[in-house]
Amino acid sequence: MAKTEMNWAAIDADPRFQALHRKKTKFLWTLMTISMVYYFLLPIGTAYYSDLFKIKVWGSVNVGLVFALSQFIVAWAIAWIYAQRANSEFDPMAQAIINDAHNIK
Amino acid sequence: MNLKSFLAFAAMALGSTSCFAEGAVADEYKAMTFMVFGGIIALTMYITWWASKRVHSANEFYAAGRSISGMQNGWAIAGDYLSAASFLGIAGLISLYGYDGFMYSVGFLVAYITVLLVIAEPCRNIGKYTLGDILAFRNNPKASKTIAAVSTITVSIFYLTAQMVGGGVLVKTLIGIDYEVSVMIVGVLMLAYVVFGGMVATTWVQIVKAILLVIASLILVALVWAPYGFSLPGFLDGVIHNEGVQGQVRKLIGTAAANMSAEDLGQRFLEPGLFLKSPIDQISLGMALVLGTAGLPHILMRFFTVPNAQEARKSVVWAMAIIGGFYVLTLFLGLGAAIKVGPANIVALDKGGNMAAPILAQYLGGGADSVLGNFFLAFVAAVAFATIVAVVAGLVLASASAMAHDIYVGVIRGDHATPDEQVKAARISSVIVGVVAIIIGIAAKGQNVAHLVGMAFAVAASGNLPAVLLTLYWKRCNTGGVVLGMLVGSFSAIALVMASPNMTYPKAVIADAKVVLEGAPAKEAVPAKASAGFVCELFALCQNAVPAKPAAEAKAPLPMKLAKLQASMATLADPAALAKAKKDAGKMEKEIKKAQEDMKKMEGQTASLTGLEKPFFRLKNPGLLSIPLGFLMVILGSLLYRDKRAEDMWDELYVRQNTGIQAEGSSGH
Repeated sequence: MAKTEMNWAAIDADPRFQALHRKKTKFLWTLMTISMVYYFLLPIGTAYYSDLFKIKVWGSVNVGLVFALSQFIVAWAIAWIYAQRANSEFDPMAQAIINDAHNIK
Repeated sequence: MNLKSFLAFAAMALGSTSCFAEGAVADEYKAMTFMVFGGIIALTMYITWWASKRVHSANEFYAAGRSISGMQNGWAIAGDYLSAASFLGIAGLISLYGYDGFMYSVGFLVAYITVLLVIAEPCRNIGKYTLGDILAFRNNPKASKTIAAVSTITVSIFYLTAQMVGGGVLVKTLIGIDYEVSVMIVGVLMLAYVVFGGMVATTWVQIVKAILLVIASLILVALVWAPYGFSLPGFLDGVIHNEGVQGQVRKLIGTAAANMSAEDLGQRFLEPGLFLKSPIDQISLGMALVLGTAGLPHILMRFFTVPNAQEARKSVVWAMAIIGGFYVLTLFLGLGAAIKVGPANIVALDKGGNMAAPILAQYLGGGADSVLGNFFLAFVAAVAFATIVAVVAGLVLASASAMAHDIYVGVIRGDHATPDEQVKAARISSVIVGVVAIIIGIAAKGQNVAHLVGMAFAVAASGNLPAVLLTLYWKRCNTGGVVLGMLVGSFSAIALVMASPNMTYPKAVIADAKVVLEGAPAKEAVPAKASAGFVCELFALCQNAVPAKPAAEAKAPLPMKLAKLQASMATLADPAALAKAKKDAGKMEKEIKKAQEDMKKMEGQTASLTGLEKPFFRLKNPGLLSIPLGFLMVILGSLLYRDKRAEDMWDELYVRQNTGIQAEGSSGH
């Protein structure tokens, strides 16, 4: 790609970029917060709610094991949700800006 | 030296290793073991030869010409990340401590959420080859490249030392090759991959190794789980009713076990609290795992090998599927080793449990006397060996790129180096880092290196991540903040570990050895002590919370016990009882010998490496303090320092990291 001068400030101020920025920021940090809260429930739970973690739910399978395994499901789900949204929404929005970038002054 | 003569040299080095003593593999199976090792090494050498013809430019050397697909890179990330610590270490921890070991697995996977959401794509969009490139985008290039290079080399050397020592010990334990020779073999192989094949060879070696690792684990899990009809409750029932597991729990919880039924003891193995006893320490560890991965230079570097941000995203999703799936398997590997081999036998081979997976393989194939058992052992051991070499190769490449691309080309030559010069600098740097790695690996023989991987994660989380994250997302961030944050974050993490219980404290070692050799008097029960405040839980300044200790009976000196046992052996008629007594006596002799060695080694010493008699920092993991400190210092430094360039560049950085306009393209073939 030939490196021509871009007016970065103008692109940043463009309503299409601002829309992308708002949507992406909100979505990303929401997912980030959910995943961090859910993850830290594990060390906090094992440390302070070990009685809860010991309750058997399926044969000798206890709440703690189910919760630990659910961490994998939640991590995969967040990755999948993010990839879907990024592919279907953020990428086309970014592409529209890229295509028009030279004309934004 | 060209590749051909190098191969001949490597073969000679392998052939000359007739200096093996004892190992887990019996002598008659050693030839087979060497063949399996040789087969895997030959495969990686073929890859290196193939790759060496495809590496001509810096772009190809550092970033494989940005030609790696998302799926391929996902496998390579898995190959880079599933190190000896996670494959051997976690399976071992689960086999010895059950549930708590599995908690590590969860943290290692969740870490990739951070990488996926806020790191991978922006870094791909604005970076070129290194951590320094990302930071230099808007900050002062020379200052940020210098500090990023120092940090990259520091983190990589910590990580690398742990891998080198782990590799040396693994090979020595399994086939009895001398430690020094093992380290040399790891070092020479890794140098061959990096110097001749650059990122192309390193990537494909990692892909092959990840695939072998997943196949080996799947086979082992299938074999260990099949007898229970692939039922989870059925398998866990087998765990809790296993005598070895129950015995291990009894050993771990001491007198608390007195009133528990055998089944309760077994069930306890599946509950938290056998390994990680301090709640605050667990949270601190979680922080370092989850935030540290996103700051590991050798992982960041992988995102520059794909053609664009979309492929970077795809590669993290693939990596999460592979790494997550693998870590679920570790639960079965670890618990399987606990029931089939038994925690006591695992500890006998290696105190940290690192041999759990290889020994489980030997058992599943039919045991120590069977051909298939030893073939399985050889295969898993060879995969573990390939794992270490591949991970070390990635680390050396990351360090070499920091040295050659950031320091030499960026800082010393002011970005004016010809393409040929760049590749030459990269290769020379790789050799330097590789030789240093071999020297450190040999020098660290017998040292306690378990804390080094934790330290690498802590430094990455406290120094690198705050600087990268705020450079990408905070408009006011600038050179002052990046330099201050990386310095304070990294040094505080290192300093806290140096003052933590991870270090070796001679007084404690001597006291433990004395209990073995001279016995201990009876102890009265000690009531629980209340904590004098949160700070006291972190630093040895005041009273921390201590649980009540029950009264303990007097312990007889072990040499006396041994003498008694040996005397009673003469009267034993039952051959089974005699065999058991002999085995016990052997264990006691080993324990006595170790205590004597410890006494000798620590004789006259009173303080740890850092001059402390006992830990000053009470946690094993520094993240809880050093990570917030790292963020705080980036913010503070940025607010106190004026840097017009960093502010002027913000619009460009933010637009480019979100859209990928003018991102480094692929080399076009």
